[in-house]
Amino acid sequence: MLAEFLQYLFTGITIGATYALIALGFTLIYNASHVINFAQGEFLMIGGMATVSLTAMGVPMVIAVVLAVILAGVLGIALQRFAIAPAKQADVVTLIIITIGASIFIRGIAQVVWGKEYHVMQNFSTDQPIQVFGAVLNSQSLWVLGIGAVMVVALVLFFTKTLIGKAILATSMNKEAARLVGIRTQMVLMLAFMVSALLGSVAGIVVAPITFTSYDIGIILGLKGFVAAAIGGLGSGVGAVVGGLALGIVEAMAAGYISSDYKDAVAFSMILLVLFFMPRGLFGAKVVERV
Amino acid sequence: MLKTMMRRAGQCAVVAAACLMMSAQAAEPIKIGSFLSVTGPASFLGDPELKTLEMYVEKINEEGGVLGRQLELIHYDDVGNASSARNFASRLIRSDRVDIIVGGSTTGATMAAVPLIEQAQVPFISLAGAVVITTPVKKWVFKTPQSDRMAAERILADMKDRGITKIGLISGTGGFGSSGRTQTLEVAEQMGMDVVADVTYSGSDTDMTAQLTNIRNTKGVEAVLNFGFGQGPAIVTRNYVQLGMKLPFYQSHGVASDSFLDLAGSSAEGLRLPASPLLVPDSLPQEDPQKEVVQNYKAEYEAHWDSKVSTFGAYAYDGLMLAVRAIEKAGSTDPEAVRGALENIQGYVGVTGEFNMSPDDHNGLDADSFRILEVQNGEWKLID
Amino acid sequence: MLNRFMQSRLRGLVILALILSILPAFLGNPFHYELAIQMAIIAATVVGLNLLVGFAGQISLGHAGFFGLGAYFTGIATGTYGWSSLPALVVGAIVVGTIAWLVGRPILRLKGHYLSMATLAVGFIIAIILNNERAITGGPDGMPVPALDLFGWELSTFGRYSLFGIEISGVQAWYILASVVLLVAVWFALNLIESPIGRALRSVHGSEVAASVVGVDTAKYKSLVFVISAIYASVMGGLYAHFQGFITPAVASFEFSILFITMVVLGGMGSTFGVILGAVVLKLLPQVLADFQELETVMFGLILMLTMIFMPKGLLPTLTAAVSKRMRKKAGGEA
Repeated sequence: MLAEFLQYLFTGITIGATYALIALGFTLIYNASHVINFAQGEFLMIGGMATVSLTAMGVPMVIAVVLAVILAGVLGIALQRFAIAPAKQADVVTLIIITIGASIFIRGIAQVVWGKEYHVMQNFSTDQPIQVFGAVLNSQSLWVLGIGAVMVVALVLFFTKTLIGKAILATSMNKEAARLVGIRTQMVLMLAFMVSALLGSVAGIVVAPITFTSYDIGIILGLKGFVAAAIGGLGSGVGAVVGGLALGIVEAMAAGYISSDYKDAVAFSMILLVLFFMPRGLFGAKVVERV
Repeated sequence: MLKTMMRRAGQCAVVAAACLMMSAQAAEPIKIGSFLSVTGPASFLGDPELKTLEMYVEKINEEGGVLGRQLELIHYDDVGNASSARNFASRLIRSDRVDIIVGGSTTGATMAAVPLIEQAQVPFISLAGAVVITTPVKKWVFKTPQSDRMAAERILADMKDRGITKIGLISGTGGFGSSGRTQTLEVAEQMGMDVVADVTYSGSDTDMTAQLTNIRNTKGVEAVLNFGFGQGPAIVTRNYVQLGMKLPFYQSHGVASDSFLDLAGSSAEGLRLPASPLLVPDSLPQEDPQKEVVQNYKAEYEAHWDSKVSTFGAYAYDGLMLAVRAIEKAGSTDPEAVRGALENIQGYVGVTGEFNMSPDDHNGLDADSFRILEVQNGEWKLID
Repeated sequence: MLNRFMQSRLRGLVILALILSILPAFLGNPFHYELAIQMAIIAATVVGLNLLVGFAGQISLGHAGFFGLGAYFTGIATGTYGWSSLPALVVGAIVVGTIAWLVGRPILRLKGHYLSMATLAVGFIIAIILNNERAITGGPDGMPVPALDLFGWELSTFGRYSLFGIEISGVQAWYILASVVLLVAVWFALNLIESPIGRALRSVHGSEVAASVVGVDTAKYKSLVFVISAIYASVMGGLYAHFQGFITPAVASFEFSILFITMVVLGGMGSTFGVILGAVVLKLLPQVLADFQELETVMFGLILMLTMIFMPKGLLPTLTAAVSKRMRKKAGGEA
């Protein structure tokens, strides 16, 4: 009984941590610019695919990872600079469609450059699963959780302790006021996208040994990350993490205890339930609407 | 504005290309149409199929073509969407005026196009596997893959030989897995075997430990069967080993490819599946009629594309070869003549098996065309 | 008189009718007709969606769910149970409308991205149910749908019919049907927009708080437009099913929902004729890009991005603004 429950819990937490990292990326960009970036999942894909293709060419793993992350960062900046910034005062929905176009574009290029096959990445440490009270845990899951936690802490420190982080927060609160005090808002926005891309790509790399990687894994994972971010309350970092973990755990529990056919339907019903009782997500900020 | 310009530019390019092509051809080329799921959720099927078709059309043309005419391959990507497949089938028939269609990577895409094809009376060789495509027989529709029913029959027969009667089934919710599951349940009942656990996963899932734990905890399970294709079964296989499950493990023909071994790694050790001899060409006895065909296909494909062969590419190979053979036999591209020729092809040795078509059987294969393979030391071994 | 006519709200409708009548002269073969028919049906669907998104300002990312429900209701009713098409479409519309009402009431209390999220969830749940209930829906491999059957008279894309003594093919007959349906759908939408209901909707879009302060029952109107757009989708879904002759759960998929929204935004949110243009462009683009093969996805994404960046208001509003600016300049120059 316990072993079964623990097994489902471990599965749920592992997937949940992935969702949480993607959700954090969404939250970051949303905080800085109020844009929902549907291309977030593609940063994940770039991280994994670039690493795999570089190591296949003989580049040592560590350098491949660094290069892949840098590539994603550059892509994030490019996305902001060439796709979002020119759109200026466009409608929220228009911006969403632009990011959707961007994600299709990126996926198309990935498909041409890297092909359509799935690729495997080795576990960082050991292939041997770890036994815990009768349940097994993939060692890579610990990496996912560990690195995830490190990144969350790093983000918190970034936003509260560094000047740049505070600049991003200021820009998100009031763009005009931020500009008045001398913050270069355009730079800040590009930075926010870059950090979000870095986050996404690291998540993609650390998760690739578990999920395999290919040119189209970004679609569904990105979507689930958005769902997690919304459950947790858009704009809340804590919410993103909690939302991600919650989504993963509910999925795993539903698959194990109810019906694996409908596990996704259960997860989506949970979302509806959460939003019904908490219309702004679990930790969503109370926004005062100006009339 | 930009978009209109681009659209016009694209159209100009197409017209220019068409003009060029028309002036270059002396004799009318034989047009082979194809709609495949090259990208999207079924790209595992469509990508090798397209590569195979392109490669062999080129090869046949270099060797002089068919009936002295060059082959022209017109192909479209339906992205795994049945509506798009139907649209492209219509475009092939009505706009491009193809002589024969070899395509339809998925059952959904195939079945969506069938009414159109039957009405237009163009011969069609499908590359999808569900039983329903050729049963009941449709006049203009043929297929090269064995049906999923045959796969189920072969797997369950092998299990029965090993004394197994209670099975745990885990399948993908996509077309291939869902259809395979239905057939497995039916065949199991016919053979007096019991499917005691029946769980599913969706194509985009990244961890199946929950589902496998469910099977593990079901009383009396003696073996596990996974029906699906793509990366899902590889994840299932790894999870299976991680959970320490030791029961006999079977996969379906959906993962009969070396790329599956790459993905699953050492976890695949000991699993069995039904497959065409494509993966073990050298293990075939010398007198096996398939040996040469299979060895050649594998060598040529891997040399040309620098990537591993897959069962699905082989379906396209057999489809193309059957089409060519039928056209040669008919002596023309007249649809009824080609159809009649196709329907009467006997003893064609392909990569998937030996095809014996007949007016009642537009598939031409039986369950024995499947061999049982087992993974030993990271390689495929022919068992039966 | 011509001036009065040009200003009237029927102007667009008449132009559309003219275009639809002249179009067959340019359609070379049955495949072109089929594309045109699908464009018309999808256009009618997004005209309905536009009422929700463009006028009431409520973003729905799960609209294909209602489309799919309509398609499958028709498929099952006419296929498995032998119903005639018209009753199937009507009852289907009532059923889907009711579901939309039940689902809409709680969901429409949400705002912005949370509303999108909720509609996304609803769409997914519908798609999953359609996919899993293999016994009723045929599962992921889909199910065949019999030809349209109006009062015992069958309209199939493969038939040959005579209209006023002229022989027309099945696709041509379907084209006429689809055009009429589109015109009716547009006419209904235009009337709705100009009616008190439409004004109430636009006030909700403008500022929900202000609208309720003035006494508009925002919840009722949002619910109403949600149901109406769902009914549009349901009826069109049923027609689509009859036309295609075969449906798979992909008609209710997330990708399809996104396609609908993209058509609305690309064509011009809030512009009834704009979204028709959006539907035409997005249905035509894959056909035109098909020859680019490997680069098709890249081109599609690029075109989408560039269009939205440079024409953020959508195709039709931007084009009409450019045209009227030039006309005003010319008039100003002459004055």
